[in-house]
Amino acid sequence: MTKISVQELQDIAQESRENILKMVHKAGCGHFGGPFSMIDMMTALYFYKLNLDPKNPSHEDRDRVILSAGHCCAALYATLAKLGTFPEEELWNFRQMGSPLQGHPKMKLEWGIEMSTGSLGQGMSIANGMALAARVSGKKYRVYSFETDGGTQEGMTWEGIMTAAHYRLDNRCVLFDLNNVQIDGYMSDVMNIQPITEKFQAFNWHVIYIDGHDMREICDALDEAERVKERPTAIIGKTVLGKGVSLFENKPKYHGVAPSDEELEIGLKELRGGHE
Amino acid sequence: MSEEIKKVATRQAYGERLAELGERHPEIVVLDADLSGSTKTAIFAKKFPKRFFNVGVAEQDLMGTAAGLAHSGHTVFASTFTMFATGRAWEIVRQSICYPHLNVKICSSHAGITVGEDGASHQVIEDIALMRVIPGMKVFVPADEHETRAMMDFMVQDRGPTFMRLGRANVDPIFDSSFKFEPGKGHVLREGREVCLFTTGYVTKACLDAAEQLSEQGIEASVVSLGSIKPIDSDLIARMAKTHDHLFSVEEHTTVAGFGSAIAEVLTSKEPKILHRLGLQDEFGQSGPANELLAHYGLDAEGIKKSVLKVTKGTA
Repeated sequence: MTKISVQELQDIAQESRENILKMVHKAGCGHFGGPFSMIDMMTALYFYKLNLDPKNPSHEDRDRVILSAGHCCAALYATLAKLGTFPEEELWNFRQMGSPLQGHPKMKLEWGIEMSTGSLGQGMSIANGMALAARVSGKKYRVYSFETDGGTQEGMTWEGIMTAAHYRLDNRCVLFDLNNVQIDGYMSDVMNIQPITEKFQAFNWHVIYIDGHDMREICDALDEAERVKERPTAIIGKTVLGKGVSLFENKPKYHGVAPSDEELEIGLKELRGGHE
Repeated sequence: MSEEIKKVATRQAYGERLAELGERHPEIVVLDADLSGSTKTAIFAKKFPKRFFNVGVAEQDLMGTAAGLAHSGHTVFASTFTMFATGRAWEIVRQSICYPHLNVKICSSHAGITVGEDGASHQVIEDIALMRVIPGMKVFVPADEHETRAMMDFMVQDRGPTFMRLGRANVDPIFDSSFKFEPGKGHVLREGREVCLFTTGYVTKACLDAAEQLSEQGIEASVVSLGSIKPIDSDLIARMAKTHDHLFSVEEHTTVAGFGSAIAEVLTSKEPKILHRLGLQDEFGQSGPANELLAHYGLDAEGIKKSVLKVTKGTA
């Protein structure tokens, strides 16, 4: 790691958590539990690894990022704002009339919002299509997608997993947010997808299992993925829903609700205490 | 019909034209879902193997992958059977292709009851309805090989999502090789007076034949071809409504929310008039030879003539 330190990445992620919580609180609805669990991986991807010029986020040679779990867009918006693809003030219009920051992502390349998503299970195939496009055009860009354990219950996801392996898409990398929570409860109670590592391996992917909150492990995994040839890579990050605020952690009720005034206060206090 | 008139399926014309266009348009990429022999994309695949991807029997993945390829600037033609392209993959078409308005041309074959022996599971009769309801989606139904090619020539220079409905069965030529396609423009194939038959796709020849038979009985029918269903030629529809007593729509599709309904929408806002919608009346198809199925559902020349006479003379 040369460009940015682990401490700096951790600080950015914590600040993004604050913004996520404030955005969802201001909107009065939305999701922050998932964004909290994937924000460490997302921060490492955007600030450590990704080839993306914040001043020209639609450059044809940029790396692409597809947020297959569109409901986690608060994490994407907070990250992009911090990166500087659009003004941070816009975060406070999240989910409001006329704002480009829709409740689920709507494609806006000039702001770095790569693709419209929200209906689960479709991002894997879309990202594969982009990776195939790089092959057809002889381009070197890489295509990342954020997948979640809930979205993996969608059958279409597995069609895409097959396709990426069949076409040996080594420019494809999945960041898998394994927090074991979906709207109706714990994955293991509602619909178990484990063992997910073995499933990806069986589909002929290169799999790296990490702690999805450990910046060094995440950065190392991103580096390793880039070195893999002839196979797509899945970085399975074991994560905790609501990570960073003990009140929210691993509680399914915080999947898709706005924090109350009191919860916002508790959350911000713990987050600010956490990196001081 | 003379012997030398060549009957060509619209899917055949599609496959051949696609391979021709591939030479001049390096941006074209073609996807199929294990039916390239039937949809005729295999012709392109053989010629341009690096620009063809088969995703296997996975129509949702077909549309998602198509979206990703189009997103990066390619003109993507995605083909499979129409039942699966528009039915099984509908939501992916809506969310990942039409919502971001990507340049994917869904050109799918084996639509309607003329699929024949495969039966109702493969005879999609809901596709025009399913595709035309999606914001920003264009819907084209070619009547013959010439219209198919002309529509494709338009599609490669247009941006955005389009659905083109192709058929399995061979069809008689309606137009000729000089035909130029323009979206939203209908064509009066036959000028009549009291009756107007609006037609699209395979049943066009049957409408022309029915008009000839009606003429022998003293009824002059106009036949209007509307290959472009969305956008639709509302001015022409209104004009025909003004100048004809009895209006009919004919489609190899359910009469619910399809071609006839698109015409009815125009009539209600521009020129209110009764429209008799011929097609499948809220029922599924069945196995059988295409010509027998068309006769069974009243969509051959004889059936269309009878429907017209029932209205104009009160006889069946």
